[in-house]
Amino acid sequence: MSDTIINAPANTPFIEVLRDFDATPAQLFKVSTDPDLIAQWLGPNNLEMEVVEYDVRPGGRYRYIHRDPSGAEFAFRGVFHAIEPGAMVIQTFEYEGFPGEVSLEKATYTATANGVQLRTWSVFPSIEARDGMVASGMERGLTEGLDKLAALVAKETGR
Amino acid sequence: MEYDEAALDRAFLALADPVRRALIARLSRGPATVNELAEPFPITLQAVSRHISVLEAAGLITRTRDGQRRPCHLAPSALEQLTGWIDQYRLTTERRFRRIDAVLETVKEQDQ
Repeated sequence: MSDTIINAPANTPFIEVLRDFDATPAQLFKVSTDPDLIAQWLGPNNLEMEVVEYDVRPGGRYRYIHRDPSGAEFAFRGVFHAIEPGAMVIQTFEYEGFPGEVSLEKATYTATANGVQLRTWSVFPSIEARDGMVASGMERGLTEGLDKLAALVAKETGR
Repeated sequence: MEYDEAALDRAFLALADPVRRALIARLSRGPATVNELAEPFPITLQAVSRHISVLEAAGLITRTRDGQRRPCHLAPSALEQLTGWIDQYRLTTERRFRRIDAVLETVKEQDQ
């Protein structure tokens, strides 16, 4: 259990994410690729999540939709290119709100002394696309934070 | 925390150049004049001056007058915004990973 490390080198279209988990590579791989389990974590806190398809096989497709309380939909889709069970996944990633801006993602699951390290390496079609992705994550995070704050305030004031 | 999109764009563009990043790194250790900043670089004083103008226009550095010297200073608020941008992404990602931690707990129980 450790904190997430994000490397987004300036003037490149890359993002690297590193994180250790207290589990075996096989367990983390299962949680990351089983459609029923994915629905439990993939998506911002305040959004409903629908996994339309998640076919983790070479050539298999995936698509999932986040819905916010107002009913607005945010859909994501892609294709699995290569799979090594418990070790590696290479897939494409596209937010349907920006069709054609497809990134390539490689996830590796490496056993460590006390668990497993997940490393994802994303290559975006442009630096702008990468920065836009990071910025949208920021906005979602801010929204989540504000929702949590509102809930806390409501609890404190008994409303 | 307010994010000014146009200012962020200017700041990221300003930092897209390795010489400008090196200038920022140098200024993070304390204020310096253009001559002092130019010393380590194999480029002309004019080129360094241009880079400094870009950083100044992006709001990343400020210049004060100290008699004949015009030292450059890092603008801390600007850098806070930049780090805030990537930090927020990191927090969002970390929150998602903590949900994975929770799901892993249930998977581990089933495996036992």
